[in-house]
Amino acid sequence: MDTTSDQIAERKYNFDVVRWFTIMAVVYLVLGAAIGVYIASELAWPALNFDNPYISFGRLRPLHTNTVIFAFGGCTLMATAFYTVQRTCGTPLWSEKLARFTFWGWNAVIVLAAITLPLGFTQSKEYAELEWPIDILIAVVWIAFTLNFIMTIAIRKTKHIYVSNWFFLGMMVMIIYLHVVNSLAIPVGLFKSYSLFSGVQDAMIQWWWGHNAVGFYLTAGFLGIMYYFVPKQANRPVYSYRLSVIHFWALMFGYVWLGAHHLHYTALPDWTGSLGAAVSLAMIIPSWGGAVNGMMTLSGAWDKLRTDYVLRFLIIALAFYAMSTFEGPVMALKTVNALSHYTDWTIGHVHSGALGWVAGISIGAIYHLMTRLWHTKMWSEKLINVHFWLATIGTVLYIISMWVAGIMQGLMWRAYDSFGTLAYTFIESVAAMHPYYAMRAIGGTLFFLGAVVMLFNVLMTVLQSHLGGHLRQARAGTLAPASA
Amino acid sequence: MANVNAPRGIQAFLEQHILALLIVTALVLSIGGLVEIVPLFYLKSTEEANQFPEIVWEQVGVTPIVTVDAEGNKQWNWQPGDGIRPYTALELAGRDIYQREGCYLCHSQQVRPFRDERERYGHYSLGSESMFDHPFQWGSKRTGPDLARLGGKYSDTWHRQHLYDPRALVPESIMPAYPWLDQRMVKTNRMRWRMLGLRAIGVPYSDEDIRHAPEIVANKTEMDAVVAYLQVLGTMATLQPGVDYRQ
Repeated sequence: MDTTSDQIAERKYNFDVVRWFTIMAVVYLVLGAAIGVYIASELAWPALNFDNPYISFGRLRPLHTNTVIFAFGGCTLMATAFYTVQRTCGTPLWSEKLARFTFWGWNAVIVLAAITLPLGFTQSKEYAELEWPIDILIAVVWIAFTLNFIMTIAIRKTKHIYVSNWFFLGMMVMIIYLHVVNSLAIPVGLFKSYSLFSGVQDAMIQWWWGHNAVGFYLTAGFLGIMYYFVPKQANRPVYSYRLSVIHFWALMFGYVWLGAHHLHYTALPDWTGSLGAAVSLAMIIPSWGGAVNGMMTLSGAWDKLRTDYVLRFLIIALAFYAMSTFEGPVMALKTVNALSHYTDWTIGHVHSGALGWVAGISIGAIYHLMTRLWHTKMWSEKLINVHFWLATIGTVLYIISMWVAGIMQGLMWRAYDSFGTLAYTFIESVAAMHPYYAMRAIGGTLFFLGAVVMLFNVLMTVLQSHLGGHLRQARAGTLAPASA
Repeated sequence: MANVNAPRGIQAFLEQHILALLIVTALVLSIGGLVEIVPLFYLKSTEEANQFPEIVWEQVGVTPIVTVDAEGNKQWNWQPGDGIRPYTALELAGRDIYQREGCYLCHSQQVRPFRDERERYGHYSLGSESMFDHPFQWGSKRTGPDLARLGGKYSDTWHRQHLYDPRALVPESIMPAYPWLDQRMVKTNRMRWRMLGLRAIGVPYSDEDIRHAPEIVANKTEMDAVVAYLQVLGTMATLQPGVDYRQ
C-alpha cells in the first residue's frame, strides 16, 4: 500500500464514518453467521428450539436474513460507498452530519430488528419482515444515504463519474422503489400491519422486491465494490471499460424482470412467469460480463494470488458470482424450477451467492480498507489465509449439502412406485434430509469460525494502530512511510 | 489505444452529468416492474373469479359469516364449499399467529398443477383463493408439507396435539413445538381494529362481521385460533374436477 497517498487521503477526506461502518460490518458478519448456524442446527436437531418462542426457527430465521443482508451487507455497502465515492470523486463527503445520521439511523434499524423479530412482530414478507415504523425509519435513512452519495458526486473534482459509482447509484435508486412499494401496508397497531396488496398481486410485488433485493442490494452494490477494490488491490486497471458500460446498462434493465421466476406454476399468470424466465436466461450475459471483467483485471498479474490473501478473497468471490449467476438462470427455467422450487436447492443457491460472492467480496474489501483506514499492516497476514480457507471450505460444504438435499427432495416428492402411487410420504423426505442438514450446519460453523478469526484480526489491527499512533500521525501528516 | 475505449455519445454525457445519469438510471430501472406488475391489477384473466364467479361466496359483504345470538350461540351462514370469503375473526386471529410464528418460512400454501402434487395435496391453487390474503402466504420453501389444502384432512384434536408436540405424533418431524399457544388467549379488543383495517384496503367485511368479532374470539386460546385457520385452508371453494380454471 501507498502510505503517502493514504495519509493525504486521510487529511483530505472524511473517513470516520467509513471506519465505524467497517467495524460494525465485521461484528454483524459474526452475529449473522452465528444465528445462521443456530437455525441450521435447529433443522438438524429440532430439540434446539427448546420450546421457547423467542428462539424458535420461525422467529430466528428472519433475524438471520435481516442481520446478514441489512446489518452486515448494509454496513459493508455504506462503508465502501462512502469510501469509494470520496476517493473517486476527489472530494470529501457532501455532508458529514448526514453520514453520521446514516450510521446511527441504520444501526438503530438493526437494533430494532433484533428486538422486534424474536418477539414475533413481522409483516411476513421474506426479507421485508420489519414492521411499518421500522420501515419508515429505513426509508428515511436510506434516502439520507442516497442524497449524500449523489451530492458528493455532484461536487466532484473529477470529470467522469467512476463505474463503481454507477452501480452504487443504481442500487440506491432501485432499493427506494422496492422498499417503498413492497412495504405499503395499513397499520392496525404499533407493530402490526397488513399489506396493501393481496394474493397474486402481493406475490408478484413481494418477489419483485425479493429478487431485486438480491439483484441490486446484493449484486449491483457489490459490483460497485468489485469495480473499485479489485483493480486497487491488484494494482491493475479494469480489464474493459466497454464491457463495464454494456454490463451496467444490461444489468439495470434486466434484473428488474427476474422476480416472476420465483412464482412458476403458481396462480401467477403464465405470461408473467415466462417473461421473467426469458429475461433470467438472458441475464447470464451481463452477469458473466461483470465476472469476466473483474477476473481479467488480473491478467498479467495472476501470480499475485499466490502471495496476496486479500486478492484471493476478491477473486474467489468472482468465481462464486460467475457460478451462481449461471445456476440462477438454469433454476429459472420452468422444467428445472418444477424440481428445484420449494427445495433446499434454492437455499444452496442463495448461499453460494451470499457466502461465496457477497461475503467474499466484502471481506476482501474490508481487509483492504483496514490497512488504509488505520494506516498500519494487518495484525496477522497468516490469519487472513486461515480465514480464507475456513470461509471457502465452509461455503463449499454448505452448497454441496444443499444441492444434494434439494435434488433429493425434488425427486422423492415426484417419485412413483411400480403401482403408480407416490413412492414416498412427505415425512420420509424430511427424514432423508438429516445428514445433509447436519453437514450444512458444519459448513456454516466453519464459515462462522472464519468470521470470528476476522473479527479478532480486525480488532487487533485497530489496537495496533492505536498503540503505534498510526492513525493519529496520519491525521497530523507526520506518519513516516516506514512505520506502516 | 486510449481512443478505442474512450466514452462517446450519450454514455460520455451521462458519465459527466450526475442528474442525467440519475434520471436515465431511474427510468431504466422502472420498466421491468411496470410491465410485470401493473397489468396484474387490471387484466381480467388474473383472477379466476372473473370467469368462474361461483367460486366466491355469493353473500360476501352482505350476510355476516357467523352471527352470535344473546346467549352466545353461534350460527354459521357459510358452509365449507360455499365459496371464497374473508376470514372470520377467529380464523384471522389464527392467521396473524401463523404469520407471527413464521410458519410461512417452512410451509408453502400453493399447490402446483402437477400429478404428484394433486395426489399429495389436492387440487392446484387458484389466484382467487388468496384474494383476501393480505399479505399472501404462498411461501417459497417446503421444509414441511404444503398447507394450501390442509383444511379438513386431520381432526382438530390431531392439530392441537401436533402443534403442542409434533414429535409425539410424527417422530421424524423437525417442526418446532408450540406449547405456548395453549396458554395464551386471543386478545379480543384487537380484532375489530384489524378487521376495520382490512376493510379499508378492500376486504368486504360486513358491519355485523366486525361488530361480533370480540364475541367470536372471546375465551379462545391462540391454539383455538390457529386450528380454526388451518381447518379452513383450501376448503372455501368447491372446485370441479376436469374444469380448467387456468388457461
